[in-house]
Amino acid sequence: MEEKTISNSRRCYKQWLWFMVLFMSFSVIYVDAVWPMPQMISSSMARYTLNPREFIFQYSSGSSAQPGCSLLDSAFERYYPLIFTDYRHDEWFRFPFTVVVHVERAECEGYPDADSSESYKLSVCSGQAALRAETVWGALRGLESFSQLVYQDDFGEYFVNETEIEDFPRFQFRGILLDTSRHYLPLHAILKTLDAMSYNKFNVFHWHIVDDPSFPYQSSTFPDLSSKGAFHPLTHVYTQIDVKRVIAHARLRGIRVLAEFDSPGHTQSWGKGQPGLLTPCYKGTVPSGTFGPVNPANSSSYQFMTRLFKEVTSVFPDSYVHLGGDEVDFTCWKSNPDVRGFMLKMGFGTDYTKLESYYMENMVNITKGLNKTAIVWQDVFDYHEKLCCSSLSVVEVWKGGCYLCEVRRVTKAGLRVVLASPWYLDQPGPTHDWARYYTVWPLAFKGTEQQKTLVIGGEVCMWGEYVDATNLSPRLWPRASAAGERLWSDEKMTSSVIDAFPRLVDFRCRLLRRGIQAEPLFVGHCRHEYQGI
Amino acid sequence: MLSCQLSADWQHHSTSYEEPTLGDSPYGSLWPLPQKVQISTVVFKLSGASFHIFDAKASSSGASCRLLQNAYRRYDEYIFTSSRKQGQNKSKKALASDMSELQVWITSADSECDSYPSVTSDESYKLSVDSPVAVLKAPKVWGALRGRVHGFYSTHCLYSDEEKSINRTDIHDFPRFAHRGLLLDTSRHFLPIKVILANLEAMAWNKFNVFHWHIVDDPSFPYLSRTFPQLSQHGAYHPYTHVYTPSDVKMIIEFARLRGIRVVPEFDTPGHTQSWGKGQKDLLTPCYSGASPSGSFGPVNPMLNTTYDFMSMFFKEVNTVFPDAYVHLGGDEVDFSCWKSNPDIQKFMEQQGFGMDYSKLESFYIQRLLDIVTTTNKGYMIWQEVFDNGVKLKSDTVVHVWMGNKVEEELQKVTEAGFTTILSAPWYLDYISYGQDWQKFYRAEPLSFKGTDAQKKLVIGGEACLWGEYVDATNLTPRLWPRASAVGERLWSDRDVRDLNDAYSRLAKHRCRMVQRGIPAEPLFTGYCAHEYKGV
Repeated sequence: MEEKTISNSRRCYKQWLWFMVLFMSFSVIYVDAVWPMPQMISSSMARYTLNPREFIFQYSSGSSAQPGCSLLDSAFERYYPLIFTDYRHDEWFRFPFTVVVHVERAECEGYPDADSSESYKLSVCSGQAALRAETVWGALRGLESFSQLVYQDDFGEYFVNETEIEDFPRFQFRGILLDTSRHYLPLHAILKTLDAMSYNKFNVFHWHIVDDPSFPYQSSTFPDLSSKGAFHPLTHVYTQIDVKRVIAHARLRGIRVLAEFDSPGHTQSWGKGQPGLLTPCYKGTVPSGTFGPVNPANSSSYQFMTRLFKEVTSVFPDSYVHLGGDEVDFTCWKSNPDVRGFMLKMGFGTDYTKLESYYMENMVNITKGLNKTAIVWQDVFDYHEKLCCSSLSVVEVWKGGCYLCEVRRVTKAGLRVVLASPWYLDQPGPTHDWARYYTVWPLAFKGTEQQKTLVIGGEVCMWGEYVDATNLSPRLWPRASAAGERLWSDEKMTSSVIDAFPRLVDFRCRLLRRGIQAEPLFVGHCRHEYQGI
Repeated sequence: MLSCQLSADWQHHSTSYEEPTLGDSPYGSLWPLPQKVQISTVVFKLSGASFHIFDAKASSSGASCRLLQNAYRRYDEYIFTSSRKQGQNKSKKALASDMSELQVWITSADSECDSYPSVTSDESYKLSVDSPVAVLKAPKVWGALRGRVHGFYSTHCLYSDEEKSINRTDIHDFPRFAHRGLLLDTSRHFLPIKVILANLEAMAWNKFNVFHWHIVDDPSFPYLSRTFPQLSQHGAYHPYTHVYTPSDVKMIIEFARLRGIRVVPEFDTPGHTQSWGKGQKDLLTPCYSGASPSGSFGPVNPMLNTTYDFMSMFFKEVNTVFPDAYVHLGGDEVDFSCWKSNPDIQKFMEQQGFGMDYSKLESFYIQRLLDIVTTTNKGYMIWQEVFDNGVKLKSDTVVHVWMGNKVEEELQKVTEAGFTTILSAPWYLDYISYGQDWQKFYRAEPLSFKGTDAQKKLVIGGEACLWGEYVDATNLTPRLWPRASAVGERLWSDRDVRDLNDAYSRLAKHRCRMVQRGIPAEPLFTGYCAHEYKGV
């Protein structure tokens, strides 16, 4: 492999001169075009003209993926207009240009998962591009990089510079959380976000689908949950078809859909369609009429959860499922005599964290029985720490303050970590300062190599109190892009905010050009401004 | 360690503002709240097929009044959009309607239909909704526009889409302040025409009546001047795609007029003029590094006669292009360091006997600029520094107070000196924070300073400012609405209208109405609209 690349580039060298002579006059250098930064990239001034009418994607003859590979076929269709953003007829000059794609293992009908390889090699040379990847997921990442290498000069002509890229993600889990409970997000807002995620090489859509305010997930087993718990039973729900569409749209972009059904807290909306699930709160000796978290003292709660998660795990193909477990308020449990009786019976004394742990333990076991890996918010680990943590596997760290202290503790316990604390994008500062999402160093804690490998990635959270379809996109992009590069790229190559700034400015204009409503980083302009309102 | 302990208090969903409770306001979704309103429990049905808006026979404006005819059509669409789309009224058996007509009656002899709105325009109106005819009475068309906005759209969210209905209502309404403005900055980022028009529309729904167009500034000069086309040719981000042509400007002014909105352009000098220098040689002061020019430029050069020749030709054009009686001359944030570095300026200072006081030089410049503008018969608005620096001002100058500290003191001083003033300090909407900051904008009270009644009368209004450092077409609209709506009510409604819970309930509905009409107004808090935003 190595040798071949070298000989290729030597051969290319002669051609460079050729093209240089031809195009010297309009040379624009766009070597830093790719966001997030590839692990290894080198390019030259030599460039090739691309003609939209003589441009093809092709499978290499040895590739295990061949025409008919739905995933890549549709990716080719998608990337063509992304590369040629305003296709014009240029008859006067033509070089045929081919992107040859070689994939070793064709999992064209599969879903991306935790262990999917996303590495790829891209070589733009000798008037063509060769993209090699172990998996189709890697091929997708490579196509994205290729599309970002293409640029237009002032006359509308398309070019790509001779470039060599070897690339792979630094972290395997690169997620974005959307909250569809505090505000309902219409399907197209979700799909659009998935598009933008793929441009940023994010690979996990964490769907915080239900919470206190509303239950928009339309369950086939328990239809009352959404018919009574959604903001509106018909217009503000995600039907099974909607969910399938989201999963399919995500799959085609190499994005996993990680569903979160948060319990036992954050479940007010569940209670509306499932009487008896939540703990009745008491005022003195009588029920007050309000409800608290899921009732952990009732075995029927676990029966219900088993059935619900059986459905959830069959609807969502990913091997992970998010169980939540955050911010459980104990006051209601404390007020309820049955819960107190249960505490006594279980020997928990008055330590309600033990009760929560007991509940979560049961939930983790339910998902284990369904062959899924459970992710929980850090609260669960914090409570479990005193007991045991054998059943936990992945912990999402979200609290502010010394979040790396927490990462250290969790990895020390041998558990995997997803880091969200530094990327709460719903909370703006006096300005939307992107740099503070960029200068995050997830592995800068004292720990063994083994501990560091347990940090599997990070996640941008966009909670929904103040966010709906009206402001989601500009609040998310391009600030999430900063997190995207931190999670994909080599830390040393991307440690400078000053170097990143002009690249991110260009990239945000590219996002605009692709119809993503990404807000400006500072004073300035894009050649093509956003034309909506 | 400390930070670890702190983390225990961290919440997913921290709130920095107290949550108002979402109840139902007795005033439904009326926003901004009228001065006097009586809503009875009697409800009339309205149907799209039979309902029409007419000019009253006695009205001084007739079918030739394009302004009103245009407004009738707009509001007819707003009121009945959803039901007509659903085709419910296609059958000939239209629903029997208790109220079939709205009569619009302009009572004064001159309706002002073909004029431009001004700071003295009468915006008052009376609306009585009764069966079978509702009557909207206003002395001038401007009041009729405000009444239209109020009376009818407000019914929209109160009742189901199936059948529009409206309560028996009596409204007598007028604005508390005459100047209710919104500043947009088209220099730091270029705003496509479409975005400006959409926001003018939203302004009308919120009864704003001044579009303060901060059209040029340091970063770019998108105004295409007929007299000096090189200004935008060299000073705009792009000479063709990022400029406002004369016809664009005309369109914006007319679009605004039809909604009773004045367009006050701002050509800020002598600072904030970097982009001017690109197309106009020798206009800016060359800065020096030691004994030689550094190659960079400072504010407008105040010592050259050519500067004033240029300004007088330029403002002559501005005067003809923008019909409003006022122009905003800026005058804020002048950095003296470049002037100080320049030996010619130093000499000039000496000649004029200014000593080392560069604010005197600034005053010298502004003074001459004001004289130039005065000859064009325009009134002017200026940022507060000009007043603070003791520049002699015409008596009808409007002083624009924007600095966040000592606001009340400043208002006191300005009005004591007898100048009219508008307030922006509490309403810098480009500053964002987590949570419901609309409450902060809503609570601000322009007349809380100490002063006589005569002084208070000099406060003619206020402006919400949305500066453009971090704002362009991608995020402008949701950042503006409904936060600017809070300012809108403060400036229109009575001083005593300040119940946050009542406001929250009305504003939440008002924002849903804006969303349904296609404006991506962001949410106030968790919740939903029957019709969510369909854009993206």
